[in-house]
Amino acid sequence: MPVINVEDLTEKDKAQMEVSQLRNEVKLERWLTSKCCEEIKDYIQAGVEEDILVKGIPEEKNPFKEKGGCVVC
Amino acid sequence: MGEMEQLRKEADSLKDQITAARKAVQDTTLQEAAAGVTVVGRVQMKTRKTLRGHLAKIYAMHWGTDSTLCVSASQDGKLIVWDSITTNKVNAIPLKSSWVMTCAYAPSGNLVACGGLDNMCSIYNLKGKDGNVKVMRELAAHTGYLSCCRFLSDSEIITSSGDCTCVLWDIETGTQKTVFAGHQGDCMSLAVSPDFKFFISGACDFTAKLWDIREGQCRQTFGGHESDINAIGFFPNGNAVITGSDDATCKLYDLRADQELITYQDSSIMCGVTSLAPSLSGRLLLAGYDDFNVNIWDALKAERVGVLAGHDNRVSCIGVSSDGMACCTGSWDSFLKIWN
Repeated sequence: MPVINVEDLTEKDKAQMEVSQLRNEVKLERWLTSKCCEEIKDYIQAGVEEDILVKGIPEEKNPFKEKGGCVVC
Repeated sequence: MGEMEQLRKEADSLKDQITAARKAVQDTTLQEAAAGVTVVGRVQMKTRKTLRGHLAKIYAMHWGTDSTLCVSASQDGKLIVWDSITTNKVNAIPLKSSWVMTCAYAPSGNLVACGGLDNMCSIYNLKGKDGNVKVMRELAAHTGYLSCCRFLSDSEIITSSGDCTCVLWDIETGTQKTVFAGHQGDCMSLAVSPDFKFFISGACDFTAKLWDIREGQCRQTFGGHESDINAIGFFPNGNAVITGSDDATCKLYDLRADQELITYQDSSIMCGVTSLAPSLSGRLLLAGYDDFNVNIWDALKAERVGVLAGHDNRVSCIGVSSDGMACCTGSWDSFLKIWN
């Protein structure tokens, strides 16, 4: 794997790298945003019921529950 | 026409083509697609634990994969490994350089790393034979500050730097395996994909880049922010990227559509985003801001559904544990807080 020394690059080198990169990016196959949004929605809906930060957790089951004070029985 | 001018013209033309290609697949927005979804109810989390011990600003924190231990870095010159449930300090590691900006916990739990204005990434072995935590490797080659680091395993780590590059290191030999160059501004943050094949970087050139770790190439570049990107993370399914910027907004970009799907912003929020983390399902986006608060966003509806207010200074870092049980915030007020 080539290890580029960025310090050695001239302005022209950088401009050429940018054009090269853009030539690659322009070829990308892009999905319809509708398909992507559906996937995101589905992923969230599949996991949201188990998401503690959304649903909360009963005090007894919370590993981070604050230690109770002393109780005299 | 000079060569530079020709290159610039070609770059502009290619950027226009990319913009057009992105528009061509934009048949809906996330807001439209989620129109039928009800906003999540008001999220109210409490501080369950406060981790006290640092003597100066906390700059970074990272959860271990066991969802109990976490590591924090402060400019008091210490890395502290905490048991977040008991609040005990498991390790307090003195650093050679106190100008630390980032820290990371290896997935194995065996190593931690940190770095900052010393331009180096120092690796510490937590499980040394005599019980002492020592520097195992000092990864030096960056010509700018170390802004972020993340382990792929006990033998590889990725770093991002103020020198505009990210690097994949072989920890064993202490050498650079791959240099990821292309950003035109300081790299501020990085995140590794859930399958460990890709990583994303956010930079002061206002863009985020997706990199193929093994190929060493930048696959995609995401623009749209109007200022430095300080924070970046993967959406939990690995197919989208979330960024946080000095322009006071967070954005969600989908990798397959190669574009932004939604922006998280509010006219009342005018300060920069310092840190972010999605909740386990991806439904919530927690983002730390310069105004000392963490805003909790409904990721589908782009509405603010809660606030974590409790720190007396900037929230510099935030992380959600891997089991999704709790969120940890670290602040310039020197405290870490665990919330759920």
